[in-house]
Amino acid sequence: MSSVATPVPPTGRRRRRSKLQRRQTRLAWLLLVPSLAVVAFVAIYPLGKTVYQSFTNQEFLALEPTKWVGLENYRELLHDTVFRHAVWKTIEFTLITVGFEFALGLAIALVVNSSFKGRGVMRAVMLVPWAIPTVVAAQMWKWMLDDTFGVVNDAGTRLHILSHSQAWISDPSTALAAVCAVDIWKTTPFVALLLLAGLQVIPGDLYEAAEVDGASQLQQFRKITLPLLAPAILVTLIFRTLDALRVFDVFYVFFGNRPDTQTMAIYNQDTIVGDGHVGYGAAISVAIFLIIALFVVIYVTFMRVTED
Amino acid sequence: MFKKRRSLLFVGGPVLLLALVVTVSVSAGTNRKGGANAIPAPAVPNAKAIKAKYGGQSITFIGDSVGGGHTRDMALATRFTKATGIKVKVVPHPTASDASYSQLARVFTSHGSSFDVAMIDVVWPGAFAPYLVDLKPKLGKQAKLHAAGIVANDTVKGRLVAMPWFGDFGILYYRTDLLKKYGYSAPPTTWAQLFAMAKKIQDGEQASNPQFSGFVFQGNSYEGLTCDALEWIASSGGGQFVDGGKVTINNPKAAAILTLFQKNIGVTTPRGVTSYQEGEAHTAFVTGNAAFMRNWPYAYSIAADPKQSKVVGKFSVTTLPHGPGGKPVGTVGGWQLAVNKYSKHQDAAIEFVRYMTSPAVERFDAITNTNVPTIPAVAKDPAVVKANPYLKPQIATVARVTRPARYLGTHYNEGSKEIYQGISQILNGASANSVLPSIQSKLQQLVK
Amino acid sequence: MSTVSETARPVSRPVSRRRAFRKSRLGRFVTRSPFYLLVVIIFVYALFPFLWALRSAFTPDNELFSTPLQYFPNHPTLDNFTAALQASFFRHALLNSTIVAGSVTLLSLAIGSLAAYALGRFRFRGRSAVMYLMLSMTIFPQIAILGALYTMISGFRIVWFVHFPHLYDTRWALIFTYLIFTLPFTVWVLTSFMRALPRDLEEAAYVDGATPIQVFYKVLLPLIAPGLVTTGLLAFIAAWNEYLFALSFIQSPNNYTVPIAITSFVGKSGSAFQQPWGEIMAATIIVTLPLIVAVLVLQKRILAGLTAGAVKG
Repeated sequence: MSSVATPVPPTGRRRRRSKLQRRQTRLAWLLLVPSLAVVAFVAIYPLGKTVYQSFTNQEFLALEPTKWVGLENYRELLHDTVFRHAVWKTIEFTLITVGFEFALGLAIALVVNSSFKGRGVMRAVMLVPWAIPTVVAAQMWKWMLDDTFGVVNDAGTRLHILSHSQAWISDPSTALAAVCAVDIWKTTPFVALLLLAGLQVIPGDLYEAAEVDGASQLQQFRKITLPLLAPAILVTLIFRTLDALRVFDVFYVFFGNRPDTQTMAIYNQDTIVGDGHVGYGAAISVAIFLIIALFVVIYVTFMRVTED
Repeated sequence: MFKKRRSLLFVGGPVLLLALVVTVSVSAGTNRKGGANAIPAPAVPNAKAIKAKYGGQSITFIGDSVGGGHTRDMALATRFTKATGIKVKVVPHPTASDASYSQLARVFTSHGSSFDVAMIDVVWPGAFAPYLVDLKPKLGKQAKLHAAGIVANDTVKGRLVAMPWFGDFGILYYRTDLLKKYGYSAPPTTWAQLFAMAKKIQDGEQASNPQFSGFVFQGNSYEGLTCDALEWIASSGGGQFVDGGKVTINNPKAAAILTLFQKNIGVTTPRGVTSYQEGEAHTAFVTGNAAFMRNWPYAYSIAADPKQSKVVGKFSVTTLPHGPGGKPVGTVGGWQLAVNKYSKHQDAAIEFVRYMTSPAVERFDAITNTNVPTIPAVAKDPAVVKANPYLKPQIATVARVTRPARYLGTHYNEGSKEIYQGISQILNGASANSVLPSIQSKLQQLVK
Repeated sequence: MSTVSETARPVSRPVSRRRAFRKSRLGRFVTRSPFYLLVVIIFVYALFPFLWALRSAFTPDNELFSTPLQYFPNHPTLDNFTAALQASFFRHALLNSTIVAGSVTLLSLAIGSLAAYALGRFRFRGRSAVMYLMLSMTIFPQIAILGALYTMISGFRIVWFVHFPHLYDTRWALIFTYLIFTLPFTVWVLTSFMRALPRDLEEAAYVDGATPIQVFYKVLLPLIAPGLVTTGLLAFIAAWNEYLFALSFIQSPNNYTVPIAITSFVGKSGSAFQQPWGEIMAATIIVTLPLIVAVLVLQKRILAGLTAGAVKG
């Protein structure tokens, strides 16, 4: 799949690195300089500082000097049941939303990609949820789901889909479903747009040839669409998963720091800003980083396997 | 190459459209004016002396959020600058309370001098005390004019770290027309009475309005619940969470009143009340969907405005009910003014605080912006009472209770979180007798 | 509606009855109706909240939350729109957000496409490491890096007398820090597009004597146009909607961005407890509508851009 266009002379790399190869490499690194500069400033210093802080007992407002405590924060983290609960909650949320968003996003991308009247409008409609600022959208959905004034309960009871008004947000059994519905609504366009871009670069003549050969829609989808869309799917899934694991805004507007619905990011923010435990909070940040990195490793391994 | 221009066009399109919107709207715009009854900003006492000493200095004031509050701050700051020559830059603080807290905390911890005077919540003096200037030497005499309870709240380890500016306290709103309709001659005085009345009114009203509820309050798992719960418990003889340095929250009277509330969730209150903050509660009341509401005084002007409310002329306010053997109380809310220890113009800043917390300015604030004054004498002023009907003497003299910020210091947020998360669990069905001991032990670890 | 018309086809293969049914009018309706049903459901799910926002924007305050719920306001009003536009910090916010989001997008695309060229078309040691380094930037929770970023943009000393510029309360603080989440995503998506391109056009260009840079902007960039458009759009909107950094790095009302401005509206009571919901919805419409209209208007261009890439490939 990955075709590299650098013309490699026949006496290639195995013998000695040709002058051309070295020039290409130098050019590549030169092209990467702006990106790496951004990374150095905007990422490396903050990340480094966080890791350093995780080995101290720094408090936000305390006046005593900060002390080095080694792995103490991490030891405490291992016994932290609240954090463990937050991790499971976040993973639950991620699996549900990424699953639905992928299915729905793929469906929408296929619809928009196909030749049917009104797909232009569909494309614009599809952008709407993504275009509304998250904090506003979350508050709007909170009002829509309200058990007294909410339109969801009103329409639902009128249409007899619901037997009575539900307190979607207050009730712990429906809370997760409510927040998932909002997140799916908000971020499906992101998935759909990326998959659409991936679909658009698949050459049309492949499908025409398959049609002539008598392949059904399903066969075309399995043999042409899916394999060629695979890289776009994987990139989309990786970034959606990363975002879902760090979810904050929607949960914060809906639940604040309610213990039954805390995600990792909310627990992290609450510890650093609310309680003022900067050192312990930094350890939590590092733990979150490692958990998310684990997901990335899983995806990458999968990607490498499919490439071969 | 052409394709790249297309993507530029794609970005440029919305930009042009937005520019159009902005230019059109700029011609429409004037800043919003705040305050219904505008009177001029008061004169500055001793202006000449202050000008001689500090004229020409510049200070930064982190004040009320954009809107009516910011406009009021600007009016006062302009008057102050004209009289004393001290330039005051007014920066509105973020509307969200925790964002405001973080903003101040970040500057303090980096020993910054980017602001000189700041508006701080009534529960922050304990946390910020080490970073604030002691105002007792210069403003101690003026502090004597203010309500003693709030001054005590603002005094940490003998230092007066903030001057009271706005007061706020919990009150009971009730529907006068519904009380009359169901044969009640007066608002309830005990919690049990309140729930009984709420049930009867709710049952009657739900026949025509299925969304009607008896009682709404702030039940969400957040700081507001600490305020409400403090009122329930303190008015029932259950203490104020921490009394005299000792954690007292785990006691039978507290358990009893919390259980009473727990039984009424979803029965005389909406099931969703455990997600209600101030906004949802006042919305329920002003749309005519609640018989009783506990809220801060701000809701009064909303309920009395025909453009926003359906209960104009049909409601009144009184003190909150009490439990058996207790008396009515109201949790103290409101804001204070404090001076940054790292400020480079401490004395000029203190003069500004002196002006802002003077009786004349408190009177100005109360009339133009319906801010509750912290000076009892100002609260008795007829013009002030006219603009703020909840300052009738029988309500204004209710006993005030403060949250245990003084005892928890920099751990206030954490301690309050233990309280409101625990009480939220109780409201959602957990047994008070199992939750209160755990809150007790967690608070004990934090109280120093 | 139910006429079954069978077209006689001169083909070597016998036409199955199932395929004939599928091609008939009734058949097409039956097989496509789940499709259309899905389209309708998606439309409603995606659009209903926006329509609700529209309804709320035109509803006066005392009808917003009245019971029973009103689906259309009895007395529609433009008051909310005028109130939102009269707030000077909101007008400034529109401009600020446009400048910030636009700059971040252009910067990300410029830097990102160069990086994607290197990572997607060259083979060198450390290529994977750079990809994962970029990815690691997005893995940290925002709150974790907030404190450090705040210190940086407040003008901290890097080494000796070299200071980071004091960017607090300026648009540059946001433009710079937003790169932390737009750049990795841009690099990854554009790299995957670059990798998928075949070698022939490039090799032909090299044979014609083009330099690598010329190959980049004359041959490759047009081919990945769908990727540029998509990532540009997603980056723009992500930067537009960002809340936490904007809240922490900006303090003057005239420097607010749109999400901060919208959440700063206070009601007529002046209290922070009262959210003027009608105004907020009107502001949301003002902010979202131009984007939707622009996409609708530029439909054909985007479509042409996307399909042209497919044809060439």
